[in-house]
Amino acid sequence: MNAIAQSTVMSSTAYRSLPAYVLEAKYEFLRVLRTPSFAVPTLMFPPLFFLLFGLLLNHGNAGAAHYLFATYSVFGVMAPSLFGFGVAVAIEREKGWLALKRVAPMPPGAYLLAKLFMAMLFGALIYLVLAAMAFALGGVRLAFLQWLALGVVSIGGALPMCALGLVIGSRANASAAPAIVNLIYLPMSFLSGLWMPLSMVPHFLAQIAPLWPAWHLGQLALMTTGQPTTGGIGGHLLWLGAFSAVCFGIARRWLARSS
Amino acid sequence: MSDDTDVVAVLNGASKRFGKLQALDGVNLQVRRGNVLALLGPNGAGKTTAISLLLGLQRPDAGSASLFGLAPHLLAARRRIGAMLQAAAVPDGLRVGELIALFRSYYPNPRTIADIAAMAGVEMLLARQYGKLSGGQQRRVQFALAIAGRAEILFLDEPTTGLDIDARSTLWKTIRTLVNEGCAIVLTTHYLEEAEALADSVAVLANGRIVAEGSVAQIRARVAQKKIRCVTSTDAGAIANWPSMRSAMRDGDRVEIVADAAEAVVRRLLDQDAQLQELEIQRAGLAEAFVEITKEAA
Repeated sequence: MNAIAQSTVMSSTAYRSLPAYVLEAKYEFLRVLRTPSFAVPTLMFPPLFFLLFGLLLNHGNAGAAHYLFATYSVFGVMAPSLFGFGVAVAIEREKGWLALKRVAPMPPGAYLLAKLFMAMLFGALIYLVLAAMAFALGGVRLAFLQWLALGVVSIGGALPMCALGLVIGSRANASAAPAIVNLIYLPMSFLSGLWMPLSMVPHFLAQIAPLWPAWHLGQLALMTTGQPTTGGIGGHLLWLGAFSAVCFGIARRWLARSS
Repeated sequence: MSDDTDVVAVLNGASKRFGKLQALDGVNLQVRRGNVLALLGPNGAGKTTAISLLLGLQRPDAGSASLFGLAPHLLAARRRIGAMLQAAAVPDGLRVGELIALFRSYYPNPRTIADIAAMAGVEMLLARQYGKLSGGQQRRVQFALAIAGRAEILFLDEPTTGLDIDARSTLWKTIRTLVNEGCAIVLTTHYLEEAEALADSVAVLANGRIVAEGSVAQIRARVAQKKIRCVTSTDAGAIANWPSMRSAMRDGDRVEIVADAAEAVVRRLLDQDAQLQELEIQRAGLAEAFVEITKEAA
């Protein structure tokens, strides 16, 4: 018994978990890149939408390019977050991969952090492409800190969106998860004013917009680029923080039960 | 029994219910260093549930499960085990070498990639993507992941399903090597020859209870019956009425008999038919014992 207790202590002190976190994140990113059906639309759609609606169809309308650059930056991080968590977690949970890694034992948190990092990296890549297009083709000119702040919003936006995705992934079965995510992802983008200003949609839809986390992110994005918004920065951050915490809390309970 | 520090995994009166189904009902199991325990039983008997409790993936409703005297869900316990689960879909997009590197990073003192690859027979597959491998190759990769951490106990849930003969014998060889080094193994399998070839002890589960346990020889002895085959003209229907008879059936000019006391039956067969030919007597294998035991339990 003594020998066992001793070797337990030794092995736990000898173990360094950092390499596991790094590899977990690296391979999560590689896995996603090697799934073109996920990576290509996720990376391509926001820039394509921006090209079409922000630059071509609204040619000469600098206001549209300005507005859509900010909101598509938020839209960009939504897909890798919602699908990366909602669909991938559902599949890996249902197919036993998550159980095997837990048993293996992956350090706690490495799984979710790796996926969060992947979503943030995708969000950053999409933001860089959008920013280059906005600058070169849309005539968008911002102060350095504004470029930076919008980048922070689009990368940080991964947090509430991943939390929402995780709630789906921790409960939905693998075959239903993509449909559920799409049912949230596309309508919520529209209803949050990410595709067009809410002044252009029916009034009651605009009124319920504060229900959606994407609306709060969109307002923060518009705020960083100096455009008119509703609500203050503190309120939006508080709302998003609380939303993320509640989602993580629910997902944790569901995930623990499913193991 | 003599030295309790040898016991690495214990189920103590463990019960687990899923809705209306009593998946496990008061099961006691002990696994010792350097021993192979085979869990046998029909589908739904509770084998996978028993393993889930020992891995800490499920908590028992009653009773307890422990690894190295610790709760199985603790990291300190899990860093000393390895597992090959029956239903674990490894992501297709990762290469075999990457998967092994990832699993090595979970453990304080992993084996080298070269050792793991050689022991699991995946040297030639390291650069290939998992999704592009055959079923048997994928199974070998899963075994590689299970042994990555120099586990003190390995849980192998149907490890050789889908393997060809060569791959299976490589795996058996590796398992024997690990056991000689002191690793304990819990094995579930549908291939009874696998249990016969590897196991020190066998526990037969049926409807969530252990209905028999002991060494392979003890389990086999529980079923005294032997199988007798011969070419004879004696009527199978008449033979079936002899004492200690389990069954007698004619198949062409051959009669196949299952009986408890083979010697008496053979003596009587020879008395009745002087022309009797090609007499064969077979001891029941684990397969027959297993069918018999689970039938009794049902």
